[in-house]
Amino acid sequence: MRSSVTIRVNGRTHEVRADPDAPLLYVLRNNLDFKGSRFGCGNGDCGACTVMIDGHAVQSCTTPLWSVLANSGQEILTVEGLAADPIGALVREAFLEEQAAQCGYCINGIIISATALLKRIAQPSQAEILAALDRHLCRCGTHVRILRAIQRAIRLMAQGPLP
Amino acid sequence: MGGAGPSWPFASLRHYDAQPFHHAGWFIGAMSVSMNAPPLPASILTSPRLCQWLSIAPETDRRITMYSGKVELGQGISNALSQIACEELGLEPQQLTLVAGHTAFSPDENYTAGSQSIEVGGAAIRAAAACAHALFARAAARLLGVAEESLRVDRGTFSSPLTAAVTDYWALAGEVDLAQAISPAPLRRRADYRCAGRSLPRADLPAKLSGAAYVHDLVLPGMLHARVLRGGHRACCLARVDTVALQALAGVSAMVHSGQFLAIVGADEEALVRALEQARKMVVWTLPEALPPQREIAEMLPALPCVSSVVHLQGDAAVPLVAHRARYSRPYLAHAAIGPSCAVADPAEGRLTVWSHTQGPHALRAQIAAALGRNMAEVEVIHMAGSGCYGHNGADDVAFDAAFIAQSIAAPVRVQWMREDEMSAAPCGSASLVEIAGGVDADGKICAWDIQIWSHTHIKRPGWGTGINLLGAWAKEPPIAEPPDMDVPLPAGGGQRNAIALYDLPHQQVTYHFIGQSPIRVSALRSLGAYANTFAIESFFDELAAKAAVDPLEFRLRHLADPRARAVILEVARRSGWQLTPPAGSGTGMGIGFGRYKNRSAYCAVVASVRVEEKVHVEKVWAVVDAGCVVNPDGLINQIEGGIIQSLSWTLKEAVTWSETGITSRTWEDYPILGFDEVPEVSVHLVDRIEEPSLGSGEAAAGPTAAAVGNAVAHALGIRARHLPLTAERLTLLINESS
Repeated sequence: MRSSVTIRVNGRTHEVRADPDAPLLYVLRNNLDFKGSRFGCGNGDCGACTVMIDGHAVQSCTTPLWSVLANSGQEILTVEGLAADPIGALVREAFLEEQAAQCGYCINGIIISATALLKRIAQPSQAEILAALDRHLCRCGTHVRILRAIQRAIRLMAQGPLP
Repeated sequence: MGGAGPSWPFASLRHYDAQPFHHAGWFIGAMSVSMNAPPLPASILTSPRLCQWLSIAPETDRRITMYSGKVELGQGISNALSQIACEELGLEPQQLTLVAGHTAFSPDENYTAGSQSIEVGGAAIRAAAACAHALFARAAARLLGVAEESLRVDRGTFSSPLTAAVTDYWALAGEVDLAQAISPAPLRRRADYRCAGRSLPRADLPAKLSGAAYVHDLVLPGMLHARVLRGGHRACCLARVDTVALQALAGVSAMVHSGQFLAIVGADEEALVRALEQARKMVVWTLPEALPPQREIAEMLPALPCVSSVVHLQGDAAVPLVAHRARYSRPYLAHAAIGPSCAVADPAEGRLTVWSHTQGPHALRAQIAAALGRNMAEVEVIHMAGSGCYGHNGADDVAFDAAFIAQSIAAPVRVQWMREDEMSAAPCGSASLVEIAGGVDADGKICAWDIQIWSHTHIKRPGWGTGINLLGAWAKEPPIAEPPDMDVPLPAGGGQRNAIALYDLPHQQVTYHFIGQSPIRVSALRSLGAYANTFAIESFFDELAAKAAVDPLEFRLRHLADPRARAVILEVARRSGWQLTPPAGSGTGMGIGFGRYKNRSAYCAVVASVRVEEKVHVEKVWAVVDAGCVVNPDGLINQIEGGIIQSLSWTLKEAVTWSETGITSRTWEDYPILGFDEVPEVSVHLVDRIEEPSLGSGEAAAGPTAAAVGNAVAHALGIRARHLPLTAERLTLLINESS
């Protein structure tokens, strides 16, 4: 049944009327109009819906709303909130500089996962990068550029203090 | 220049430039502008007026709008077309708006497919922009009282060293009648390009990497969501459905039940998706005729009824010193875009407006109108971005679903297919079996070459061929019969695409065994038959080379006079440090694959290095591509990289599976694709030939990549794997059989 609940998304508190069992993805897209997280499979297999919750990359299509309520202190970050996140903004910029997209449908989820990785480990190894991308699929074959974009973001981070 | 008749405008800026759609010999001297300019491209002949391609509003912020029928599918075409237009018009890219695939405004350029968007769509934009430029320059010269030859255009402003006065497209808008037919106009010389030829970043990406950008994200006032219930196969019938219980499900506000078409509608997408799970249990489907059981493609295809014909014959076969025969196959492949197909339809005001990521908006419009018995004038299709498009996927079908549901319930509707729909309801790429028999003479040259292909149609798009090709239209009441399958004839070819080897062979015979019925739905998937045919031809080349005891690279060059073909092969060999050491069977290997897409588009040579352990690890791929004059080098490299990786995924991992009731590979678990941990290093080099016509290249890498990997695996194992995909299971079987 629908009820009013409060969640924190992109630094703001939002009251939404939704079923607490609803996957977070639908709440973000349809209740809050954050369309940058995308439906791909509904099974957590492809990563197109990935958002950051308390610094962790999470598949929002398999995350129930009740598990991310504001009163549990959880902060949700979507691609729409990346501009306010120094590392996130830098990762997104690196993807644009490398033109690391074809259709682009999978990219936002990947940007979120890369951001979560670089927040945790500033200089990840290749194995750590691949592990972070383990739950992501890209069908256009943009992988090479995606990996290059993440390397660029790592270099940019290493170059100095973030804005 | 000079001579009789009017001289060229902008002699200092513009010169004759070779174009893909004519032979250079067509030009018979500088007699007039029209005789000096190239003939008009095909798209201009069908949409001849300038206003069908371009509009200039006098009071705007110095922008010009151009219209194209070639739509952005993630391949970066909107950038490339804009660059071509800016080049001819003398604009900066930010001054140009491109409206593509809007049936109310954009010209009908058929489908965005077949690697034709630069060759055909680019040529059209170029011709239209050049004509506009010529007309406005003439008007500018009149207004400024100077000779046209003295004019320059920069950022849309015309100036001349002969006067301080300037004018521009916007000031001159009233002076040029855009309703006139486009006439041939001189084109900018490619050596003078300022905008085209540069790797300008894609204008569409910032929005896509920020939030709403796709048709999936479109919201109309009062829009409802819908999901379609389907059986496992398009021929499935609704044996039992409890419509009362369906409509009573939480989240369902309406239902559309018409013949075998069944959809549920609701305002809350999440509740609707949850209801869908329940609804599926309330519906029983039956398939009148069970599908043939899945077995090896090489066994299955030749056993199916077919129509055989020799589609190409040249020269005579000589008796070879060494003869060889081998069979190769590819399975059915899924498009499997990351985002399932989606469309929005609005039935407001007695019209039907459909937003779709279709490849052919005009064709879709006509098919929807015909399928719903509507007047074409009432139907509009507006292209919007979708998830990856590699051919005829579910885009058109879901657009019909949305249109039919919206019309039925008289409300705007968004339909997004579920993952299972995308994997099982959309058409697949056709399976193929290829058999080659050939031989080598005493000089180590091929003297006999006989290739046979068994396949289904590789194209069954809405608007192509006869009848209506929309899944929902076959199901609804009254049903529209599914038209029979028919394939694309050569020279483009469907199942026979690239079946004629590009090599200089004294004898070639190509036989096509066309199988009119497929157990699963098939249509166009990136490169069509070229994927299997190139894999087979290039694998067989290596096999013959081994029999002739010649290096496979040398063996190719021995049979190839085309200098551009030789150049890409030699360059990829140089870049990859081509060498077939260690000897075959050591577990690591290198392989080469080459093809010229459709034998008339881009040249592509690929080398792969592999390590075979418990499975095939592709370690590095080098590609060299000659696509003639390159409009956006980085965009082209992106396409080639993507083509390589997608082909690796097909080649190493993918096969659609089915049972007697339909496709069983319905999730990513059943249909694994290449993961990040399996991606090799990829190096793409372009041979830019600016004076040559631009050649279609988006599909060029598929076949050569498969061949390079196949040949590398054969080198690594010392055993030839001829049936795709090259999975660990298949290779293990092969190794066991050979030992």
